[in-house]
Amino acid sequence: MRIVSDTRGPVLEARALSKEYRLSRGRHGLRLGAARDVSLSLRPGVIVALVGESGSGKTTVARILAGQERPTSGQVLLDGVEVRPAQREAFRTYKRSVQMVFQDPFSSLNPVHTVRYHLERPVQIHGRASGRAAVAAAASELLEDVHLTPPEHFLAKFPHELSGGQRQRVAIARALAARPRVLLADEPVSMLDVSIRLGVLDLIDQLRSRFDLAVLYITHDIASARYFAEETLVMYAGEIVERGPSEEVTQKPAHPYTQLLVSAAPDPDRLGRQLGARPELSRAPAVGRSGSSLSTAVGCRFSPRCPLADDRCRTQSPPLATIDRQRAAACWRLDVAAPQLLNTPPPERGKPIAI
Amino acid sequence: MTVPAIGTGVAGAAPVLEIEDLSITYRSTGGDVDAVRNIDLSLARGEVVGLAGESGSGKSTLALGAIRLLRPPAVITSGRVTYRGRRVGGAGLEVLDRAPRELRALRWREIAIVFQSAMNALNPVLRVDDQLGDVIDAHMPLPRDARQERLEELLDLVGIPRERLRSYPHELSGGMRQRVMIAMALAVDPEIVIMDEPTTALDVVVQREILEQIAALRRRLGFAMLFITHDLSLLLEIADRIMIMYAGQLIELGNAEDIRVRAAHPYTHGLLGSFPSVHGPRRTLAGIAGSPPDMRSLPPGCPFAPRCSFATDSCAQVDMRPRVVPGSHGHLTACPFVTADVLAGPGAVQTCGEAGA
Repeated sequence: MRIVSDTRGPVLEARALSKEYRLSRGRHGLRLGAARDVSLSLRPGVIVALVGESGSGKTTVARILAGQERPTSGQVLLDGVEVRPAQREAFRTYKRSVQMVFQDPFSSLNPVHTVRYHLERPVQIHGRASGRAAVAAAASELLEDVHLTPPEHFLAKFPHELSGGQRQRVAIARALAARPRVLLADEPVSMLDVSIRLGVLDLIDQLRSRFDLAVLYITHDIASARYFAEETLVMYAGEIVERGPSEEVTQKPAHPYTQLLVSAAPDPDRLGRQLGARPELSRAPAVGRSGSSLSTAVGCRFSPRCPLADDRCRTQSPPLATIDRQRAAACWRLDVAAPQLLNTPPPERGKPIAI
Repeated sequence: MTVPAIGTGVAGAAPVLEIEDLSITYRSTGGDVDAVRNIDLSLARGEVVGLAGESGSGKSTLALGAIRLLRPPAVITSGRVTYRGRRVGGAGLEVLDRAPRELRALRWREIAIVFQSAMNALNPVLRVDDQLGDVIDAHMPLPRDARQERLEELLDLVGIPRERLRSYPHELSGGMRQRVMIAMALAVDPEIVIMDEPTTALDVVVQREILEQIAALRRRLGFAMLFITHDLSLLLEIADRIMIMYAGQLIELGNAEDIRVRAAHPYTHGLLGSFPSVHGPRRTLAGIAGSPPDMRSLPPGCPFAPRCSFATDSCAQVDMRPRVVPGSHGHLTACPFVTADVLAGPGAVQTCGEAGA
């Protein structure tokens, strides 16, 4: 297990980010809250996982952090200073410092350009090197950083000549070209074959420690968050519903949604045909269950699916409240959902978390 | 731990599908690609067989080839496929000898498929009842009332409210579309259902619900299942027997326990050490070095040798015919050199993180 790292302050901080998309016209038109009141901080040399199902808003958060999308409200801070797109020079520095790796290495590389082009362009644009020889040397060095060796073997290749894993390594090298301090990895391995996923995740982990990168690892796979991230944030319908050290969140989940996620993950130790043994589970109704992110939704967004939901859950939205020094969950019914976590109530429990 | 024998689905029961020595090649101007090489596989009545492998390992080609759903440039170059469902005579049907017209009677009525991407497999301009009804009209025509009743029954079966019959696919969630596909596969009570990555595009929670449902339906209706996926952890839970494929070849075949506890092939062992699990204590993940093979230029002998930490010079001449693991019950491995004991022993950890050339 990774040691909880030093006490340096965050490189990148998001404070109460919200993003709404308007679905119909008019001042009171229907809106979709893709992200609501999301706060997180990324520290150097630490991987934080953002876990959630598709549509939970995790990519929206990443896009805001990458500067590709403007939040409806909330702030993004780099080294404690708020970033605004209007400050052109500062915003350019920001975009250089925060780089993104996308899910699909098949579409994130340009099929008509070689690996050399993909790497030399950012090297030049972000001023990592100048002069032909220096730029070429920087590109080779980047390939070595991502273990695509020997570099000469890969520089002249086109994306279609590479395997999925190699392509994703090129995408990571491209992100490194700008010498970023923050890496946003949006489902970096979900399109790759099982046998090479681990290699790519290990690579990101190595780069994290070597370059002291702050990493946001976005995934739908809570098991990989357990292994690769120090801290895990669980998102549901645009909101963070639980946060804490990964091992604790996955082994002692507090929020009913996290509990559902963990119990749904495949368990290699449940062997042969143990599925379907509890028919009541398979007869669960298939509708009216997805959490709504619409502006018309009231109460806890998980309440339509939650077995513990009561009247308060259906009418009032629970705040993200601290459970102990490191953990927080947004649930009114934690006393029923996770009583064992509340046995030793610290004084600050119940207070909305301030980050 | 013993595998519970529930329903009719026990290994050793009469096979409903027997694949013998099946080889399939994709012909192209750049050279032939042997996607499936000399595979033997049998599926017993009510049994769940899992097919696991990376993309390009030939698992879908094998399943689709066995019911002749492949088109040129795919060519079946050798083999026999015998179908012995309860509705055909004792001698069985030679699938590969059938004329196209005769195959139509076999497909869906006897062997149905749930395709990977329900988004693309459903017709976007037809309502659910029209699409489900088509299957019934084509394979088991019913009078109007009985047909309507059957349609409603099918939605009940997969847990979708009946009023959704008049919905278009885009009005349904991904999970519901996949359930419609499952209902369609079960519409005319097939003997075998081929599941081609039925839950890959879905969220974990929805995936779990659908798997529970598939398992419960299989118990109730007793069909046999060929379950194709790249996710070995999922197969361990659902399958009676699991076949691991690599580069078109059988690498290992055994029951879920053989594979999980006594994996005898380094590739299987590597796969098992590749996925993190949220359950149980933290394990050391070893992974598999290198990249998946280029099917156009496979090395001689064992195709996994370039990535295998046990590889020696003799791997280039190895005979890839599967051999029975001594003392086992039908547990096959393609590797004559390595055993489960060696893999479980110290020093067996493979290194990963190096990109293969």
